Amino acid sequence: MRIAPTFNVAYRALRRNKMRSVLTALGIIIGVGAVIAMVGIGNGAKAQVESQIASLGENVILIFSGSTTSSGIRTGWGGAGTLKIEDAEAIRREVPGVIGVSEEVVSTTQVAAGNQNWFTRIYGESADYFDIRQWPLADGVPFMAQDVRSANKVCVIGRTTATQIYGNENPIGQILRIKNVPFTILGVLTPKGLSPQGVDQDDIVVMPYTSAMKRVIGGTTLRNINVQIGEARQIEAAQQQIISLLRQRHNIRPGRDDDFTVRTQQEIAEAATATSRVMTVLLGAIAGVSLLVGGIGIMNIMLVSVTERTREIGVRMAVGARGNDILTQFLIEAVTLSSVGGVIGIICGIATSKILSIYAHWPTLISISSIAIAFLFAAAVGVFFGFYPARKAAALDPIEALRYE
Amino acid sequence: MNNGALVRLLGVHKVYRTGEMEVPAVCGVSLEIKRGEFVALMGASGSGKSTLMNILGCLDRPSSGHYLLDDADVSGLDRDQLADIRNRKIGFVFQNFNLLPRTSARENAELPLVYSAQHLSHAQLRERADRVLASVGLAGREDHHPSQLSGGQQQRVAIARALINDPEILLADEPTGNLDSRTSVEIMAVFQQLNERGITIIMVTHEQDIAAYAKRNVIMRDGLIRHDHLVTQRCDAQAQLQNGRDAAEPI
Repeated sequence: MRIAPTFNVAYRALRRNKMRSVLTALGIIIGVGAVIAMVGIGNGAKAQVESQIASLGENVILIFSGSTTSSGIRTGWGGAGTLKIEDAEAIRREVPGVIGVSEEVVSTTQVAAGNQNWFTRIYGESADYFDIRQWPLADGVPFMAQDVRSANKVCVIGRTTATQIYGNENPIGQILRIKNVPFTILGVLTPKGLSPQGVDQDDIVVMPYTSAMKRVIGGTTLRNINVQIGEARQIEAAQQQIISLLRQRHNIRPGRDDDFTVRTQQEIAEAATATSRVMTVLLGAIAGVSLLVGGIGIMNIMLVSVTERTREIGVRMAVGARGNDILTQFLIEAVTLSSVGGVIGIICGIATSKILSIYAHWPTLISISSIAIAFLFAAAVGVFFGFYPARKAAALDPIEALRYE
Repeated sequence: MNNGALVRLLGVHKVYRTGEMEVPAVCGVSLEIKRGEFVALMGASGSGKSTLMNILGCLDRPSSGHYLLDDADVSGLDRDQLADIRNRKIGFVFQNFNLLPRTSARENAELPLVYSAQHLSHAQLRERADRVLASVGLAGREDHHPSQLSGGQQQRVAIARALINDPEILLADEPTGNLDSRTSVEIMAVFQQLNERGITIIMVTHEQDIAAYAKRNVIMRDGLIRHDHLVTQRCDAQAQLQNGRDAAEPI
């Protein structure tokens, strides 16, 4: 085959019609760019949700007080105050595979130090909390089981709370007044960023749940219990055991609704990523349609080009071009348009997602596989939509083609 | 078998089918053309001369009969084989030049080499194109596009393109049909020079005075050869151009 000179011929033909070539490639550029950017946005959203779910901790089961439907009254998670400290202790004691339990109470309140004050969230937790949520301290030390037992007036704070109250000062060892109770700050947590709901997770004060219940929030019930299981394969059994244990402890007769809700991290993750997966597919599909339209544009232009260059084809055949040479030439033109368009489209798509993530703060994730697929798809569009016009050109009769006006 | 004939047509028929109708265009033509001849193929429109030209140029195949080009029967070859024959043995010159637009004279002249079996480097292509363009008097215009050239110059580019592969035959279909009379004579001068260098030329024309530059006239009517004679009073294009210039010059 005479591929190299045919490449040259195709390249010259494209160069002769610069404007048309650029406009035709533009269809593919927009198509591929849209696919890359849209899938990037979709994947970015999915990855963000996944990482946030993962930040809940590994192999975690969450038990919320109250049920979504409790005897006909819908209270919402954590609303009913049915979980007791003893429930958490029973789980710690009786459910196999449990490696960590954190009793959780939550409130919001004003905190103050010196002449600064700040409205923040108070989390009462056990000492296991930092392990369960895989949330190490950036600075200082966490509170210990001993602090929990004695309801000591100690706490660790999130990065946002630290900067709001202490600015650039080191908060460790300082006194933070919460509801006029002085708490000693033991440490500062590593920043976690925004939650899926857009809440700043670093705007937080974490203290022993005993201290929170006794000195800050009051009350005797827990909002929820975080349980960490040693191995992933034990989660399902542990979940069932927790349910039956709590039903027994709460004296719930068979057939009645639970007064608590148990969710594994897996379930939460699946629900959350399902949405973003659907979004990724939808965005990708819409962008794919524009790539298809770009391909039809190529076919259209190639058909016009074949008609317009009928005489040229005739001349080429007269001087010795075989049908295959003509076919190859037009196919190369189509594939060149689509793959050059594809490369530029990839660059544009990446640039678009970067711009979106910088200026609109949308998380985007460009994967090598989506780039490869988009490029191969673009090239395939060129072959597919270029083949028909190219075959039409190759099948021309040289005499007819030379006579064509 | 070999008696020095470059082209031998033996009882060539060509019939076109338009629906149910069969239209005969060439009805049993036998013709021999030797190396070095300069033949003008003449006839009114509908006489079958264009059809015969297409067969001679291996653009078309005879319905029946044989065509021996350089002692090889080409009447049974397929499309691709005919394309190779055209590339190696035949150079075409058309009435409307048929140059590629927006393409330099050099690239136009190179065109047959693109489809040639021999692999030439870019520099070799360029060198050959420039040489053949110079031989038809277009040195210095290699980079001009067809739109920047006169009709006569465009036809010279077409001749250069036809010659670049050193063909056995130069086939010209009404080469002066789109040119004024003076330019026509210039083109005939080029043809006569080429013919003196040994290139066989077959030229279709309907103009008697253009046919007078050839060595032999073949006249067709109704798909058959009616006259086939040598030109007795042959015109010398070069001499005419010389005289014309002398006459135009002020004394």
